[in-house]
Amino acid sequence: MSASPVTEPIVPPAPPAPSAAPPASPIAPATVHRLAGERRSQQFLSRYVLPVLVVIFALAAWDAAVRLSGSTLFPRPIEVAKGIIELGRQGLLVKYIAASLFRVTWGFTLAVIVGVPLGLFMGWFTWAANALNPIVQALRPISPIAWIPIAILWFGISDAAPVFLIFLASVFPITVSSMAAVANIQPVYVRAARNFGLSRMQLFRRVILPATLPQIITGLRIALGIAWLVVVAAEMIAVNSGLGYLIIDARNAGKRYDLVVAGMVMIGAIGLILDILVRRLERFDEVRWGYSRR
Amino acid sequence: MSRPAVDARHVSMAFPGKRAGEVISTLDNVSVQAPEGQFVCIVGPSGCGKSTLLNIIAGFLLPSAGQVFVEGERVTGPDPRRVFVFQENGVFPWLTVRDNVGFGLSRKSPDERARIVAHYIEMVGLTGFEGAYPRELSGGMRQRVEIARALAASPDIIYMDEPFGALDFITRLKMRADLTRIWQAEKKTILFVTHDIEEAVQLGDRVLVMSKRPGRIVDDVPIDLPRPRDLDAPGYLRARDRIFHAMGMSAHLGEAAPV
Repeated sequence: MSASPVTEPIVPPAPPAPSAAPPASPIAPATVHRLAGERRSQQFLSRYVLPVLVVIFALAAWDAAVRLSGSTLFPRPIEVAKGIIELGRQGLLVKYIAASLFRVTWGFTLAVIVGVPLGLFMGWFTWAANALNPIVQALRPISPIAWIPIAILWFGISDAAPVFLIFLASVFPITVSSMAAVANIQPVYVRAARNFGLSRMQLFRRVILPATLPQIITGLRIALGIAWLVVVAAEMIAVNSGLGYLIIDARNAGKRYDLVVAGMVMIGAIGLILDILVRRLERFDEVRWGYSRR
Repeated sequence: MSRPAVDARHVSMAFPGKRAGEVISTLDNVSVQAPEGQFVCIVGPSGCGKSTLLNIIAGFLLPSAGQVFVEGERVTGPDPRRVFVFQENGVFPWLTVRDNVGFGLSRKSPDERARIVAHYIEMVGLTGFEGAYPRELSGGMRQRVEIARALAASPDIIYMDEPFGALDFITRLKMRADLTRIWQAEKKTILFVTHDIEEAVQLGDRVLVMSKRPGRIVDDVPIDLPRPRDLDAPGYLRARDRIFHAMGMSAHLGEAAPV
């Protein structure tokens, strides 16, 4: 049996594994180093340089398209950049981003608090799934936008209305993915745990929760994307701050399309950052087993 | 003979079939007695119900008829005093080797737990990999973790359901040698299910041969040979051929023997 792991770990395992002395190979060690270096720089090019080039190309195409069309209303990239700087100087940029993030944080956190336990509960007890799944599946396809009148009716003109809409948008994906995560647990883990005489509480804490965590995190990632998507719609009503408000306000107050697009760009950039942050969670050792290598 | 450690009496198992009224019988009046400390192999063709039998004995399944007694107690469910080693590997991927091996030891003090864990990690030859996660290990190493986890819980009996079934040939040979060594050191009662006749003869004190479905015990072959076993010894070859014959096959052609 080989002493070194069969699957090539992305990060070398912590223990002092019998050092993986390179097998006798006709290639000189220096060559191996050089080849490894080339592979790393290729990865760097493909992971960082390539996407940046694509963004630059897209901006150039956008700029060219606006100039060729002769439009005076639709902004060029440089005008959008100036718009963002202008917002920053007025202190509005930070204020609006903070307002939007605040609403998403609340709505999303409430959705996690409700959705994860509810989904695990429905996944574990068949009777709970039988009882609740029809309601969940019927509420799920109702767009959060459809809830806007009700949100205003219940919460009036306050932060609670958009928080409620974000909660609604993200609670169902979280519930459904948590439920599916329980259904996908390898039965052998539950049997092994039963063999060791775990109580119900221990079974949940030591097996069900860690076994479902990778898929729960994936659900959270999708739900956070949806929450961010909905914040804009939610802020178009009943509030006077946030990136969604910025877009509507810039349009209504003087057709400032540079600021409209600036708001859109900021939403996209923050969405990207949020996704990168949640993806970080997937790299923890406790959950990494649950994702196929990307 | 003193009271057997495992005593399965007249166990039958039947499932309802797809069509109404149809009954699929997988085990037909099977009785198994294993004295304490014996290494018993159960061998049979695939689908003969040997795995079902082991799951019934371990308490994971309830038989349609018959009873199982372990250490004189009626079996009604799985019990930490008897640990099951699964073919599909039940090592928890979210725990390190160390935490997997110590999984059944949560009631022990941290010091004692660390001592037991280190002892069994060494016994299965995984020293140096304590902090590794299962995904960083080969299939054979993961199976070693599971065996160490079972031993660490200090069970009276270990049930093994084709534990080496998913491993490559060389690794299986090594695992058999190591399991023999560990069994000699620990003297646990082991019930070991396999479809591999050679494996059964190499490992067991005794080999129970099952027929194809519905499974019945058709032969009970004692293997009274010193360990490690000489695979060319006449006694080894005789036992092997007898099992082949009991399964209705010729040892040399692997075909149905002319009756």
